[in-house]
Amino acid sequence: MPRRFRFDVITIFLWTLGGGILLFAAYGAFLTLSAGRISPEAWQSLVIAGIALGSVYALIALGYTLVYGILFMINFAHGEVFMWGAFTAWFMATGLQNVGALETNPVGVFILTLITAMIFSCIIAVLLERIAYRPLRGAPRLVPLITAIGASLFLQYTARGFFGSGVRAFPDFGLFEGTVQIGPITMNVDRLIVIVAAIALMLGLYFFINRTRTGRAMRAVSEDKDVAAMMGINVDRIIVTTFAIGGVLAGAAAILYTILFNSVHFYMGFLPGIKAFTAAVLGGIGNIIGAALGGLILGVLEQVGPNLFLTGYGIPSPNQLQDVIAFTVLVLVLIFRPQGLLGRRENQ
Amino acid sequence: MGGPFLRRAITTGLLGGIPGVHLSLVGMVTALQTRELISGVVTIGTAIPFIFIIIAGWYAAGPDRALGIKPSAIQALGLGALAGALGGAVLAAMCLFITAVDVRWILVNATPALAETLQFDQGPVVGSVLQVAIGAALGAAGASLRVMPASVGRAVAVGGVVTLIVSVMEPFVGAVLRNLGLKDLQDVLYEGGGLTIVGWIVVYGLVAGGTYLWSTRGDRVRARADALPPDRRRVAKIVVYGLLIAVLLLLPQIVGQRLSEVLGTIGLYILLGLGLNIVVGFAGLLDLGYVAFFAVGAYATAILTSPASPAFSPELSFWTALPIVIIVAALVGLFIGAPVLRLRGDYLAIVTLGFGEIAREVFKSQWAAPVTGGAQGILSIPPPTPFERDPQSIYYPILFFCILAAIAATSLAASRVGRAWNAMREDESVAEATGVNTTFYKLLAFALGATFGCVAGALFATKIGVIYADSFSILVSINALALIILGGMGNIPGVIVGALVLVGLPEFLREFSEYRLLVYGIVLVVMMILRPEGLLPSRSRRAELHEHFDDDEEMYAEEAGEETGRPVVTA
Repeated sequence: MPRRFRFDVITIFLWTLGGGILLFAAYGAFLTLSAGRISPEAWQSLVIAGIALGSVYALIALGYTLVYGILFMINFAHGEVFMWGAFTAWFMATGLQNVGALETNPVGVFILTLITAMIFSCIIAVLLERIAYRPLRGAPRLVPLITAIGASLFLQYTARGFFGSGVRAFPDFGLFEGTVQIGPITMNVDRLIVIVAAIALMLGLYFFINRTRTGRAMRAVSEDKDVAAMMGINVDRIIVTTFAIGGVLAGAAAILYTILFNSVHFYMGFLPGIKAFTAAVLGGIGNIIGAALGGLILGVLEQVGPNLFLTGYGIPSPNQLQDVIAFTVLVLVLIFRPQGLLGRRENQ
Repeated sequence: MGGPFLRRAITTGLLGGIPGVHLSLVGMVTALQTRELISGVVTIGTAIPFIFIIIAGWYAAGPDRALGIKPSAIQALGLGALAGALGGAVLAAMCLFITAVDVRWILVNATPALAETLQFDQGPVVGSVLQVAIGAALGAAGASLRVMPASVGRAVAVGGVVTLIVSVMEPFVGAVLRNLGLKDLQDVLYEGGGLTIVGWIVVYGLVAGGTYLWSTRGDRVRARADALPPDRRRVAKIVVYGLLIAVLLLLPQIVGQRLSEVLGTIGLYILLGLGLNIVVGFAGLLDLGYVAFFAVGAYATAILTSPASPAFSPELSFWTALPIVIIVAALVGLFIGAPVLRLRGDYLAIVTLGFGEIAREVFKSQWAAPVTGGAQGILSIPPPTPFERDPQSIYYPILFFCILAAIAATSLAASRVGRAWNAMREDESVAEATGVNTTFYKLLAFALGATFGCVAGALFATKIGVIYADSFSILVSINALALIILGGMGNIPGVIVGALVLVGLPEFLREFSEYRLLVYGIVLVVMMILRPEGLLPSRSRRAELHEHFDDDEEMYAEEAGEETGRPVVTA
């Protein structure tokens, strides 16, 4: 039973709003499907593209969720950590291409590039924590968030100043062309690699969190910092570790993203960052499996959504509205299930 | 005794060189080569890295808080010089590195030209020696601020900073002097876009002298003003406000066409800042999608007034359209406010950011093109009659709304509503428990903030005459946020100062515009770490933000005092 009447008015308004959006989407999907202009193969390819993109979102979202789980702050600059990883990868790959290593040993170069991006993103994330966030531990909540926005601008425009504002095309590894047939599904190799790599990393993280001593310490710190400290856990070290893991995953995500989109530029961290955050909220922020699930759902919705929900209404160029769908999902989640799909309802 | 100081001086010096290296490599040094700081002596670009070295010298010579000891005067100068020399050495190392190795495929600005500029065109050997020597001198200069009596030190520092700003503001001050018929004075003071040596001496002398007099005699002046009988004080107040308003009214005539344009932009940002200040500063809701209201205001105005509006064009006049725009704005504020009401601060930030992006994407998309003109935007929006689309004329409605908004915001802050927001910001649960209807007050903050933003948007549309969706990117929100944070959250004079510094100054440094957001980012981080209450804080805000910091500091100071047995020096 609601506490007060005025909450009711707002709840009714919100449910009407949310319901309206859902009805709109459902009717649009009905119209599109009954018109049947898009073939099943096209749907399949859209879904696979969505899963590939979603696994990248999931890797970034894990960084948000891990940090949120421990510090209860949104590391707004996480998207920029991802972007810096992509840039270092570009330099590594281009440098090795210039000395001719790319042609002789593309697999080695790819692995080296991946490791460079992961290490460098990790360094950026740790520095970020050390310089921008640690001095503010315990400050009112708005303060670290504003710092994070500032750090995000700083990293973004430093990259622009250092590396220029142009788009750099990623060197061609020559590894990701063609398609493979898995049962009834035809899949582009690049998407397959992205999905497999992301799953491997997520399993690794799951193992790390649940089976290692450090992982256990992380869980303890996220339950209760003070008690964890009393049990002899070095809380500061665990926080740094958390940022480092987030950075490593963002670096890996950066490489996977460049496999899919093949370009690097200073603004590339912004939208994936926001969407990954959306994914983390969708899955329940603070929940690791939730972040992975949220990323996948969001990726698929983003790829399939514009065609499924909007073409039926005859809306011109629906893919322009791709980002709108992601944000609408965020708003719907916050209306109907603010704790996310797998999240616990927290007491404020 | 020298140990801890020495170590600190070394780290400070090495770190003090890094900002210079960073700003060189992002290209700021090269970009600002075109502007003289002291005419014929040094450009702004070359000066930038060395400003940080002065700060490093100043910092290196400070007292050790933990040990509670202070370096002696000679020690202080030595430490400053050491830190400065190391900072210079870091710069020198960078210059030598980028001349020796070509890294331009990574760092596009690491050109030999940059190295030559920073080596004062003296070649690598002499240049490096000069860098270290000048670094040492400036570091010692920074340290000397610690050695002087506090009032002198403050006068010297304030003089330096203000003179720097006066020099950068050449396009403004120069134009004012010209329009006042003081061309001769302008020729003496300025040359090549910066102050001349004579200009430096005159301005510096005036400012430093004035600051010194104020810090020594200011109390007496203030005491005399306080001692005035109330009615005389009211008269004095009226005279001051009258003068201020007269200056504001005459300003466009004094500064001329181009700078009136800048004043208009500053005015729009003051309006945006005042509105966002209600949401963020008063109510404590971090709204990053504030641009959505700005956009709604601009589009609503365009659709209602422009004959070129694609869907329907009632072609109202600006003033008839404005009330409708404001109502639409408040409704949009409620609409956006409602879903995010129950979210905590950080969620809210991202959701509102999402809303801002949604608004822009929708306005821009083909789907909305029949109403908003899509990527083409809406053209030929009429100016607000009787004013014309001329920077000197459109300034007046902007000024009018700024004053109105400032008065509204001031009275809101002092009212029951303002107190409710205060309570809510400081502790939501407690506020609710004491009977503050937080839902209502949050929605009210959103609706009022939206109204201010929409008026700014309406003025923007009629000022420019054409609107495109891309004018409403997230950067507008970030601008507005940065300026209220720099100025001081929750404080109206702070918003005005913030707008003048963050929107006004860059307009005088056109070369700088590319680095604006970089600097905003730095401003946000540095302000949050060093002075979260802003330059001109409101009193309650200051107390709120310093509660825990001060506690900590005192605790550390006490602990340190106990451990070392030394007397604790607290500033």
